[in-house]
Amino acid sequence: MNLMKFLSNHRLLFGAATVLFLGLSIVVAILPALDNQANNAPLPDAVPLTGSAEAGKQVYIANGCVGCHTQQVRAADMDKMWGKRPSVPADYAMNVPMDVWRNTATLMGTERTGPDLTNIGVRQPSRDWHLLHLFNPRTVVAKSIMPAYPWMFEEKPRAYAGDVVVNVPAEWKRDSNNVVVATQEALHLVDYLLSLQQTPLPDGTPEPKFLFKPAPKPIAAGEAVSAFDGAALYAANCQSCHQANGEGLKGAFPPLKGSKVVLDDDNVELMVNIIMNGYNAREEYGAMPSIGTANNLSAGEVTAIINHEKTSWGNAAKKVSETDIKVLMERVKQPQ
Amino acid sequence: MFALAVLPCILLAQETPRAAEAAPPEPVTSLFQLPGIIITFVLVTTPLILMLLLALSRINNRFLKTRLAALPGEDADDSAVNDGLGNRPKQTSARATAVEFAIANVRHTHTVRFVAVKKRAIKRPNIAPELARLIVFYLVSATVWLLWGTTVGEYVGIKFVLPDIDHVSWLSFGRLRPVHTNAVFWGWASLAMLGLGYYVVPTVSNAPIANLRRGWQSLWLINASVLAGTICLMAGVNNSGGEYREYIWPVMLLFGVGLLLTLVNFIQTIARRTTQEIYISNWYIVSAIIFTIIITIAAYVPFWQNGLGETIIQGYYMHQGVGMWFMLFNLGVLYYFLPQQLNKPIYSYGLGVVAFWVQILFYTLIGTHHFVLSSIPWWLQTVAIVGSAGMFIPVFAGTANFLMTFRGSWNAVGSSYTLPFYLVGVVFYFTGSLQGTAEAFRTTNLMWHFTDFTIAHSHITMYGIITFLLWASIYAVLPRLTEHEPKQALVGGHFWLAFVGLAFYTIPLMIGGTLKGLMWMDGKPFMDSVVMMADYWLWRAIGGSLMWFSHCVFAFNVFTMLRGTSIKEIPSSINIDKVSEPTNLSISQESQENATEVVA
Repeated sequence: MNLMKFLSNHRLLFGAATVLFLGLSIVVAILPALDNQANNAPLPDAVPLTGSAEAGKQVYIANGCVGCHTQQVRAADMDKMWGKRPSVPADYAMNVPMDVWRNTATLMGTERTGPDLTNIGVRQPSRDWHLLHLFNPRTVVAKSIMPAYPWMFEEKPRAYAGDVVVNVPAEWKRDSNNVVVATQEALHLVDYLLSLQQTPLPDGTPEPKFLFKPAPKPIAAGEAVSAFDGAALYAANCQSCHQANGEGLKGAFPPLKGSKVVLDDDNVELMVNIIMNGYNAREEYGAMPSIGTANNLSAGEVTAIINHEKTSWGNAAKKVSETDIKVLMERVKQPQ
Repeated sequence: MFALAVLPCILLAQETPRAAEAAPPEPVTSLFQLPGIIITFVLVTTPLILMLLLALSRINNRFLKTRLAALPGEDADDSAVNDGLGNRPKQTSARATAVEFAIANVRHTHTVRFVAVKKRAIKRPNIAPELARLIVFYLVSATVWLLWGTTVGEYVGIKFVLPDIDHVSWLSFGRLRPVHTNAVFWGWASLAMLGLGYYVVPTVSNAPIANLRRGWQSLWLINASVLAGTICLMAGVNNSGGEYREYIWPVMLLFGVGLLLTLVNFIQTIARRTTQEIYISNWYIVSAIIFTIIITIAAYVPFWQNGLGETIIQGYYMHQGVGMWFMLFNLGVLYYFLPQQLNKPIYSYGLGVVAFWVQILFYTLIGTHHFVLSSIPWWLQTVAIVGSAGMFIPVFAGTANFLMTFRGSWNAVGSSYTLPFYLVGVVFYFTGSLQGTAEAFRTTNLMWHFTDFTIAHSHITMYGIITFLLWASIYAVLPRLTEHEPKQALVGGHFWLAFVGLAFYTIPLMIGGTLKGLMWMDGKPFMDSVVMMADYWLWRAIGGSLMWFSHCVFAFNVFTMLRGTSIKEIPSSINIDKVSEPTNLSISQESQENATEVVA
């Protein structure tokens, strides 16, 4: 057929363009999506959201949290800090359209203005911390730029039975005699956040690999430098509660600066135990989660963190060796 | 030449990910060893250098004019001369024009000038006043949404610096961010595009618009959609999080029906055309609307997309929305206005035809490059990356076509208030699109994905390309409809504020985004990267403020074009005899341009 004739016939021209576009769309989008939908099953150990966590997911959606927080661990080495393994399609299988008005919420996100939350329930298991952080993130992370959500809390003269009180430092309250109480909205949201935990793959399933490993850093001969940066590990694992200055938060998280536990050179075991298994011995502070176990810290990493804490902010205790810590970690290990 | 030099780099870059497993890559001692970085650096500096040249050439121009003005002569009368007989000039020659040019500029010796005088808008054959009214309403609605959408954008940009500026749920960052993006997408850009479409489609079809009423219905439906969507988002009602898909489907349905009405309108108009061929603008414009309706239906039908199906459709939807709606439509508008504003035909009609088909072929494939290394199928990611590299062809064909159309008329850029906007749009079309290609490679994606670099990219494209092109066409078309012109100095003010603002906005974010990605790759604590970004976010807020301020100027210019100074009649004749008698001088600005055009 004559090309000019074809191009001068609006039915043929626009018809051809539509067919080309539609055909390609079907191949690269519609069919793959249908295929995924058809072969879509959650992992055997996956736990469905509880009622409260489901309500929390609604709060998460309504407030556009996905704008800053991803929920995907990519198959890249740099994403290791967000989960134990790269995300797989089955991780998202339980998501179906929210209701007839709204789409599926896989909440994978495309921007990390804030941290990834795939495994936040494991990485930061403290309910107290999450509530305080939602009330105003800068109470716990001074340089945070996350929005505050004070409308999910109530500030009132006294708490009533059943109220969940948040230990907000006095300077963040309108009146220092008031108490801050979490509303249902905040409690649901925290339940949702705590429910975000990577499900282990069934035994025997090969885990997808983290690609793009960085080149090992060259170490100068004869130099016995620890491979771990204690300050960085402290910042990543401990700082959001105990703070960069080691002073903690009054009424919420205890100080490590001048702390008896940290300075005690004869009982390093207690410190290792607290790091690995958590601590809830002091009523005036929130409970500490078993952060070392949750974040899968190695003996080298724990050693670096302990040495950082023992020698920073004016603390001047004896450093510990990785060999000792390895032994102590074995000793405090709890049956799972 | 640049193309030939870069293409192999692009293809080679594809090999890197696989090689990475076998042999660890060289420690990145210099970022400038990464092809993606090199490409981006070249792309970013190109428009800046071009603009610098433009500014220098203008200064030079001014200098020349001052020297010309030293010619002896009386002050020329500024009032228009029109013999009213419609005669074409009888003895126009290059020499006569030159003399006339010099004389016409004599008056400038008496005033201190800060801005160069540009060509005035030329009165064109009348458009039916009913259609003109419709187009004006589209463009004014668009301007209102631009102001609202970017006010919100400016505010959320400030929140990066002052996160506790307010504690109101309706104004919290997560709710306002999509208000900004959707308002500028569906409110500003879409309405402006459709308004221009209502001008271009009947004009190049040489037929009246099929149904005016449907045009109005479409206008109100889309306005209603953006208004309802904005309120929903602020109230916390959204579609669960896909970017640009935040409006729930009942809201987007209004938009879709609006598009459908306009589509029927345009196709019927084209069917009744009195030209034999369908001018290429109409290919792009009509296809853009058809594709967008398909995309919207696929993305919004509420009965599917379980699990990762949502993500695959999301990648497809968001990228087709950008490339097949905004870009394709704007290319159509550009194929009409650029030749018209340069007063010459497009360099190559054939290149436009090729670019059209190749764009459909490659662009449709690239959606999932937003989810590189995620858990969506690996082959789909690879297809997307290959498609992204393939986009080099239509982008290069398009850019070459537009630049070759400019060629030989570069001096027209300096004397026009619309052409600089087109030039920026075309240059960013090249750099912004190829930056997208550079970002899609797995190595560069690793560093840039999730960082502020992508925010910079989306502003280079949606602002540098789409918004600049829309402004250019609005400045070209509104004076014709209303017979009022904007103040030239304020158009210039708008241009430079927006351009400098965009540079301040994007460059710090690209640098900061790169540093952030490197810190992440280095395993630094996340919070360190937030602290590091503080300065860059401040610069972004400053750039954003300049951009926002330019929009206020633009809105004022639109207002002036609605009810400002009238366009003067073009004198249809120049009496050359008068030129030879300096005592009897009364050549107007317009006559000078008229003569230049005749010579050109």
